[in-house]
Amino acid sequence: MTETIIFIIVSVFTLATGWIVVTNRNLFHAALALMASFLGVAGLYVLLDAGFLAAAQLLVYIGAISILIIFAIMLTRRMMQTNESAFNAQPGLSAITAVSVFAIIAYILWRMRQFWPIEPAAGVPLASRTVVPDSLLMDSVAALGRSFVSPDAFVLPFEVASILLLAALIGSIWVAWPKAEDK
Amino acid sequence: MIPLSWYLFVAAALFSIGLFGVLARRNAVAILMGVELMLNAVNINLVAFWRYRTPNQPIGMAWAVFVLTVAAAEAAVGLALIISIYRNRDSVVAEEMDMLKN
Repeated sequence: MTETIIFIIVSVFTLATGWIVVTNRNLFHAALALMASFLGVAGLYVLLDAGFLAAAQLLVYIGAISILIIFAIMLTRRMMQTNESAFNAQPGLSAITAVSVFAIIAYILWRMRQFWPIEPAAGVPLASRTVVPDSLLMDSVAALGRSFVSPDAFVLPFEVASILLLAALIGSIWVAWPKAEDK
Repeated sequence: MIPLSWYLFVAAALFSIGLFGVLARRNAVAILMGVELMLNAVNINLVAFWRYRTPNQPIGMAWAVFVLTVAAAEAAVGLALIISIYRNRDSVVAEEMDMLKN
């Protein structure tokens, strides 16, 4: 019961701040709301017993990506002005598209409740919470770490991700570097 | 106990909010923030499915970590592009980025 209340609070917080991100005219306020939304997602990770991912979310998203976005906002003039419209010429069409995407996903979820009852007669839509021993969850971070360096799990994607990060690092420095002919 | 579908509904709502931001915002940085919201919604789905379906295998969490990595790389490159375009065009409005049109 307490968990349900916490889930509802965290979800409403995440969605409300996410709504501020996409609608607020002041881009700086939108970036601050984005940090709050990331914090709400980290709360959802904690509810899902993924403590390591919650910490990574705090470090990578709130610590790094949000600061990067705020830097970009402050480095580009005109952005702090709030008198111009936040939206382009098609906010109505965009809203229709977004609402239809949500409606399609919600419809599919609802249909799966009808045709794929994992837990019959329990009144639980898709699946009940699986009973997992605590030791397994305590060990999940160690298992994750081992799987990243194990040859029969994710060592190749892990190395590819490090090359991706290196390429992104070099590429973003090269792209943002002032060219000689600009001066 | 919270049913799995609640997490999926929250993730779908967050994804749709981010999609609306990507489609409707004028500012390129705001569009990037919408993309970040969508990536977060996907991560909620991955972690929720991991927790409810295969908690004894770390595959869902590993995927979420890779999404996190790609999101960081995407933010760095995207913001570098935006700053570069701002230096050349003195604007960060997506509609005014039409150098490839002519």
